[in-house]
Amino acid sequence: MANTMTLIEAKTLASSATSITFSSIPQTYTDLKLVTSARMSLNSTAYGLNFNGSTSGYSYKRLWGDGSTANSGQGSSLTIMEGILAVSQLSNTANTFGSAEIYIPNYTSGNNKSVSVDALMETNGTSAYTELYAGLWGNTAAITSILITPADSGSFVQYSTFYLYGIKNS
Amino acid sequence: MTNPTRIEINCETGVESIIELTDAEVAQMEADRVAAAARKAEEDAAASALATLKASAKAKLIAGQPLTAEEADTLVI
Repeated sequence: MANTMTLIEAKTLASSATSITFSSIPQTYTDLKLVTSARMSLNSTAYGLNFNGSTSGYSYKRLWGDGSTANSGQGSSLTIMEGILAVSQLSNTANTFGSAEIYIPNYTSGNNKSVSVDALMETNGTSAYTELYAGLWGNTAAITSILITPADSGSFVQYSTFYLYGIKNS
Repeated sequence: MTNPTRIEINCETGVESIIELTDAEVAQMEADRVAAAARKAEEDAAASALATLKASAKAKLIAGQPLTAEEADTLVI
């Protein structure tokens, strides 16, 4: 059970950005938690994660709803941990931002890395995504950097925020 | 023409850098985008097909008509 939670870094975009990288992540915590509030410049509904610059070994299973139906999906042998439905897009209500909490337990361990995500799109309408997501990075290296990159060619807009926390269980 | 840039925040020093993506990174991003779009399209198509089957099953139940096996599968777990 976590008993400390420390903000490692925070970034609020002063202008739009193609992607965000947290590098040289301290190896002194037990778990990592990434909290995002983001909106895309285009009609793009997702972003992906990349660890340590690696372009292999990612997979996921997810459940998601769009306001009318519940769906599921999965991907394997991916080059990025894709499909995190955590952004508002251009067509959504102005100045709304999607949000996500991404938990990465035991990020320094010598085992494969699991990721759990609770994400949603924000808009004043009947159609919006919400998602529960289980990701896996099949790599035993400790996570030292995290890249957050849009699933499409758009950018994260101004005022999107990215918070990285370190959590210790002792 | 310059490539897109990314923001990198060094968590040890707090220093923020703006780094231009390499051609290889741009190519990788494009490949990722295409692959993700294809998977999302597959999921959307599957969801749409399921919704159509459910609607058909419901309409047939109301009308007292026999269901196809696929339609029955949407009702029975």
